[in-house]
Amino acid sequence: MAQQSKEKINWDGYLTLAGAILLVLVNVLLISGKMPAYYRGILGFVGINIILAVSLNLINGITGQFSLGHAGFMAIGAYVSALISIHLKWPLYLALICGGLAAAFLGIVIGLPTLRLKGDYLAIATLGMGEIIRVVLLNLDITKGARGLTGIPRTTSIYLVELVAFITIIFMVNLMRSTHGRALLSIREDEIAAEAMGINVTYYKVFAFAAGAFFAGVAGGLFAHLMGYIAPKNFDFMRSIEILVMVVLGGLGSITGSVIATIVLTILPEALRGFAEYRMVLYSALLIVIMLFRPQGLMGTRELQIEEVRKIFSGGGDKDARD
Amino acid sequence: MLEVKNLHVYYGQIHALKGVTFAVKKGEIVTLIGGNGAGKTTTLKTISRLLPSKEGEIVYKGENINGVKAHDLVKKGLIQVPEGRHVFPLMTVQENLDLGAYTRRNKKEIGQDLEKVFTLFPRLKERRNQLAGTLSGGEQQMLAMGRALMARPELLLLDEPSMGLAPLLVREIFGIVTEINKTGVTILLVEQNANMALSIADRGYVIETGRVVLEGDAQSLAANEDVKKAYLGG
Repeated sequence: MAQQSKEKINWDGYLTLAGAILLVLVNVLLISGKMPAYYRGILGFVGINIILAVSLNLINGITGQFSLGHAGFMAIGAYVSALISIHLKWPLYLALICGGLAAAFLGIVIGLPTLRLKGDYLAIATLGMGEIIRVVLLNLDITKGARGLTGIPRTTSIYLVELVAFITIIFMVNLMRSTHGRALLSIREDEIAAEAMGINVTYYKVFAFAAGAFFAGVAGGLFAHLMGYIAPKNFDFMRSIEILVMVVLGGLGSITGSVIATIVLTILPEALRGFAEYRMVLYSALLIVIMLFRPQGLMGTRELQIEEVRKIFSGGGDKDARD
Repeated sequence: MLEVKNLHVYYGQIHALKGVTFAVKKGEIVTLIGGNGAGKTTTLKTISRLLPSKEGEIVYKGENINGVKAHDLVKKGLIQVPEGRHVFPLMTVQENLDLGAYTRRNKKEIGQDLEKVFTLFPRLKERRNQLAGTLSGGEQQMLAMGRALMARPELLLLDEPSMGLAPLLVREIFGIVTEINKTGVTILLVEQNANMALSIADRGYVIETGRVVLEGDAQSLAANEDVKKAYLGG
């Protein structure tokens, strides 16, 4: 038994280490300019998806509110920031922040009435919200409807995506370790008990919704300025599902889980291109297999720890396993 | 300390409380007894503002708390231990207790209270790093009570602490309730186990179909023929 948990800890550490080395390698390649444009493109999507998955994890995983409308928030951020760039010609960072704030504002407006709902009912309400946003974007003049918005300056660099993804992760980690994070977790664990302990449940639910929406909005802005073209179909229901799959697969509540699952699930469909028409079949089959063998997600609610890496170097971990 | 006057509560169309009136004085243990569906839990939930009332007044420490939000009552020292324990299953015992002190900032006092809780419930200390969901029913009840104590209650609302517990454990829990009361905490206890409740309470109220039908000090209630027949099994 002790032997088993020891191996598990080392596995965690090696994975963190491998991740760090991979990150350095990728950046060395990127800076040296030796990375083909195709890979650079995938890398950009990986980063944007990480922001989306980690921010959805705040709502679905950490606070336990089942939201299916993340693509809607992303769309708001994408359109608001794109329109600001096109018409007002503000610098990118301002456009991104405005996009994020617009999404967060919408998160509050929608969160206040809908967060009284629970589970399936909240899922359906947020799904409806996402669809309403998409349909509104499809019918407004300023968004150019289904033709999509062209001429967005392609100012998003891979480094900026990496930076924002990094900031998002740091924000979430710090939040998780604060009293606010505890309050959010307690709502997921038991709402009645949380209220009875003096936690303002409504406030924290709306806070999680707004913070999650903000980062989704920024991710949308990055996406718009990476592609140079956006259309409502980029932000349909399937997009929300895609992000949700990443969060569930990584483990609800685990930030590192979200990151790992996002990297795997963004690269996988590209890597499977060799199988041509069987690509999506393999992709779906893999999802089923993972859910059968790890129903709690790749990481469960646990996190990879830098601490474990140190233990590897200082001669093996001890048996202080958490599960 | 607490005065409830003519409380009316509805669940949709259903008139659950039809004018409940009672009072709790400082330092007392008061119990509400009654059968299933009589309105005991509804009364507690209404006092702790988890349920809205249609009519009536709730006065706590001289202040009308009808419009106060549930989470704000915790700071005022009115704490509820909900029915069915409601511990945070995926957090450790320690983390559960920490959350009990969520509204408090004074680290030193929190530390002192933690020691007090561990003296009252030595078993929680043994299991402080265990996940709360893996505790037995009795231990979860102890944790729920310990967690409530971490909020420094002046008035503690206990909802059915004996639910689903073995008789020996019930006795232990009720013994602890008496001890908590001796430290100066006023207690309002809702119980189906009328026997046990009346044995530790100062006064009691019998609730039937949303109304208080009988009240008095605990001994005289326990001796009352009607109460005996209906709730004490003989």
